[in-house]
Amino acid sequence: MVHPLVCVKRVVDATSEVVLTEDAQGVDGRYAGFTTSAHEECAVELAVRIAADDGAATVMTLGDGDAVEQLRAALAVGCAAATHVVADPQAFGPADVAREIAAVVRDHEAAGTPHELVLLGNDAADTGDFQVGIRLAYELGWPVVNGVSTVSVTDGVVTASGSGPDGHETFRLPLPAVVTVLEGGVDPRYPSVPGRMKAKKAPIEERRPTTDPVGPSRVRLVLPSPSPSTVQVLGEGPASAPAVVDLFEELGVLAR
Amino acid sequence: MADVPATAGVVVIGAGIVGNSLVHHLTRLGWTDVVQIDKGALPNPGGSTGHASNFIFTVDHSREITDLTLDSVAQYREMGVFTQSGGFEIARTEERMEELRRRMSSAKAWGIEAELVSPAFVKEKVPFIEEDQFIGAFWTPGVGVVDSLRAGTIMRERALATGELTVVPTVEVVGLDTQDGPRGRRITRVRTTGGDIETDTVVIAAGVWSPKLGDMAGVSIPLTPAVHQMISVGPCPQLAEKEGEISFPIIRDMDTFCYERQHGADMEVGSYAHRAILHEPEDIPSIEQAKLSPTEMPFTSDDFDPQLEQAYELMPELLGAEGAEMRYAINGLLSLTCDGNPILGESEVAGLWTAAAVWIKEGPGVGRAVAEWMTHGHSEIDLHHSDIARFHQHQKRREHTRLRTTESFIKTYGIVHPAEQYESDRDQRLSPMHDSQTKLGAVFFETAGWERPFWYESNAALLEQYGDAVMPREHEWDARWWSPIINAEHLRMREAAAVIDLSAFCVFDIEGPEALDVVQTTCVAQCDVPVGKVVYTPVLDAKGGFRSDLTVMRLGDEHYRVVTGGAHGMADRAWFTSHLPDTGSTTLTDLTDDVSTIGIWGPRARDIVSSLTSDDVSDAGFGFLTCREVELADTSVLASRISYVGELGWELYVPMEHAAGLWDALLEAGAPHGAVPAGIGVYGTTGRIEKGYRAYGAELDSERTIVEAGMQRPKVKAADFVGKEAYLAQRAEDPASVLCTLTVDDHTSAAGTKRYMLGGEPILTRDGGTLTDGHGHHPYVTSAGSAPSLGKHVLLAYLPPEEAVVGNELAVSYMEELYPVTVGSVDATPLLDPSNERIR
Repeated sequence: MVHPLVCVKRVVDATSEVVLTEDAQGVDGRYAGFTTSAHEECAVELAVRIAADDGAATVMTLGDGDAVEQLRAALAVGCAAATHVVADPQAFGPADVAREIAAVVRDHEAAGTPHELVLLGNDAADTGDFQVGIRLAYELGWPVVNGVSTVSVTDGVVTASGSGPDGHETFRLPLPAVVTVLEGGVDPRYPSVPGRMKAKKAPIEERRPTTDPVGPSRVRLVLPSPSPSTVQVLGEGPASAPAVVDLFEELGVLAR
Repeated sequence: MADVPATAGVVVIGAGIVGNSLVHHLTRLGWTDVVQIDKGALPNPGGSTGHASNFIFTVDHSREITDLTLDSVAQYREMGVFTQSGGFEIARTEERMEELRRRMSSAKAWGIEAELVSPAFVKEKVPFIEEDQFIGAFWTPGVGVVDSLRAGTIMRERALATGELTVVPTVEVVGLDTQDGPRGRRITRVRTTGGDIETDTVVIAAGVWSPKLGDMAGVSIPLTPAVHQMISVGPCPQLAEKEGEISFPIIRDMDTFCYERQHGADMEVGSYAHRAILHEPEDIPSIEQAKLSPTEMPFTSDDFDPQLEQAYELMPELLGAEGAEMRYAINGLLSLTCDGNPILGESEVAGLWTAAAVWIKEGPGVGRAVAEWMTHGHSEIDLHHSDIARFHQHQKRREHTRLRTTESFIKTYGIVHPAEQYESDRDQRLSPMHDSQTKLGAVFFETAGWERPFWYESNAALLEQYGDAVMPREHEWDARWWSPIINAEHLRMREAAAVIDLSAFCVFDIEGPEALDVVQTTCVAQCDVPVGKVVYTPVLDAKGGFRSDLTVMRLGDEHYRVVTGGAHGMADRAWFTSHLPDTGSTTLTDLTDDVSTIGIWGPRARDIVSSLTSDDVSDAGFGFLTCREVELADTSVLASRISYVGELGWELYVPMEHAAGLWDALLEAGAPHGAVPAGIGVYGTTGRIEKGYRAYGAELDSERTIVEAGMQRPKVKAADFVGKEAYLAQRAEDPASVLCTLTVDDHTSAAGTKRYMLGGEPILTRDGGTLTDGHGHHPYVTSAGSAPSLGKHVLLAYLPPEEAVVGNELAVSYMEELYPVTVGSVDATPLLDPSNERIR
């Protein structure tokens, strides 16, 4: 029986042009809308799979009132419970967030629901701090593995693996543990209609931060200069079909 | 891809369904040097066409929209991109069933195959629907889906094949230049990110971005981008096992404002039930900023959740199937207008045309009609409800569009009574008598922004006096937005007199050396008349269809005043303006906001007027169809002796600042004679229908002729006028249909309730058989109303000539029941006072 806790953050959907807010402290979501990052969507998917046979996944976030949307999205794809630390996320640095997650883990354990495994995204899609997972593990005194794309639990042992520039790595670590997830290992599911309906009605545990945040110490965000894009015309009309097929094969979206 | 050319015969801005259809039809009709630009890439430049649900239900209560839709379906079929699926509109309530019966009236009137069916019938065709969720359905077998992007490509390629089209994608318009001319501004240049194009004709077919483009030329294109939410759920095993895009009929769940439409293995669920989510055109993301396309905005799931539950209740096994996921969800942008109609035609900037706020179901039809209009000056399908010239100043404000569309969005699938009034943005134009009318308990309806009394509660005491002669209506639908007080006011007018506020009239003066030429050219009737004569006249387009009917007064040798209805007045003004000579010496001046009109009619009207003036208002001193200035209640008034209600009396044109005083004086002087204030219910319906007077927009439009309407005079004037050639040809032939007046013989329904038709119902043979006129059209009621002085309910309808026989016994279908009717008149001869004694 495993009760993974998966941590998500409401971020601007960054698949299109990124627009900064006027104070350059965040990303403007007016056009693109809000989402959870691809890393975290995979973390949610892994948590749901790990809990599928014998357990229940809990999703948590630290964010303002609107972040409920991201909690319900996770509930709609199979998380069983949700915890909302209601706070202004801009005021919280990585250390603050790690401390609040640790507080949730301890409080849930005290209430009889221990989370033996905490899953996070590898890094936040908007602020890119790359710190919360390690700081959380340090805070809890648990082992941590970063940047993996598949995670499973068998007989109290976590198996996590991922590919990097140096090859494929597989780790085994004992529970309890912290794991940060990179996208690519699993296909996150979309919500089903009954799932969405259930999520709409599910209760959400609301709590306040346990201490005042130190803050992110961020001066400002800066957009990188746009990377030059090149366009290669593959051809015109039906004659271009073979070139398109070759490209699809190269991209791995088509097997021949 | 081509570069932006330096010159063009016409520039079409937009490569959605409308722009593509336009370039096809323009080149087909002989236009050359056609240039089409779009800021997006082809074939899907990112507008509303790209995310449309692409299904077409053909029956609409509006003839204009239905005809555009039917023409579009024919074009889609010809291109091989139409897949017939059939469609159900299901009813969850008895009230909706009644609306579906009313829909059957429209289907029969427009000649579209449809029937009312049971839930079991629906279940047989759509096995995954829950029968116990609804009580009946409206089945249209001809419903189908189209590939609108493919259709756009085909039409663009056909235009390219003529060699007259240059297509330039990924070029954005940054300016529209105009130049002052004798009749106002005209378009000269399109400035783009790829260079400038010199041209004298431009069409804005840019969907949700159209207002932004219109602003560049100082033209209001009053539409708003609005969100329509849609999700796609799949793969559903019940759908996945079928070949092709669609195998099951489309369901419109009318009472939950949702639809379910198969798309391959997925079921698309769309909603019009959420709050109105409006955007400004300037706030639509750019192509780079948008996650999907600019018009596929991020989905706001909270807004959709209630609909999700209702859809699930209707199709639980399908939408809850193992593995079926919501894999696509958008807040799709589409265009809405204040009255729900498209925005088509030439703007006040000459040469700058619009074709916007058009849905997929109307796209190709609109492309053809607007191209015809641009080419010939008129289109085969009457477009007057969609004419951009229809908008009055208050309707050109973005605020008006926002408020009205917020109110109407939820009515997209709603049950809308034909007389239903908007609640938002009212009180835009108040007549000087408004305070007095409010005290009299006036019930105000809106026309062209004017608040017009339809009846006065102060006249309620008359109900007792007239008893059953007021023809009370026992069914709530028939009596909605209506009062028997209207009929009481009517009877009092015929018995004594009535005073009627007509401030909503559009009034404009044409002055200058060519004034006579202008009115002679635009009007059918002889306008070369002595000063002081009043002329009632049709106004035609070149093909001999009605543009308008209105009155013209000759006030001086070089001075005419035109008076026309408020609803269509702006289009009339644009029409007359377009016929002013280039010299600039003859001008058109709009006096609508300076002049108020008050009517007084009835057998005692002369007694009342003469008590307020020392002028001679006897028949000898002030003859019918004459006008002149008189001193009335110490106010100088232009009085015109005409009548739209068939009684002795005058229209009195008075400066706005003196109108309230004159109104009070007329009511005060009238009271001893039994006169009462009467509303537009009398003026627009009961008074006119007893006299068989035709109304533009009901009996008259560009698809009707003078001969069919029974309005031809013995002679045609020698002077040339627009439509003369066509009119002469029409006179030489037998009409294909004939406008008749009918009376209802028995109102009793099967349930024993007396029912009263409201207009739009099909006329059938006595036993329910279909009638077809020489145009292939089926007769329907163009106007319906009480005729209290006859004790009858009167209907006007164009009948096949062989059925246009006095005494002919036919039937009208109302809410799917037949009621016997008899033809009472087959020309303009009124049922009441056929020799027009009362007017004298």
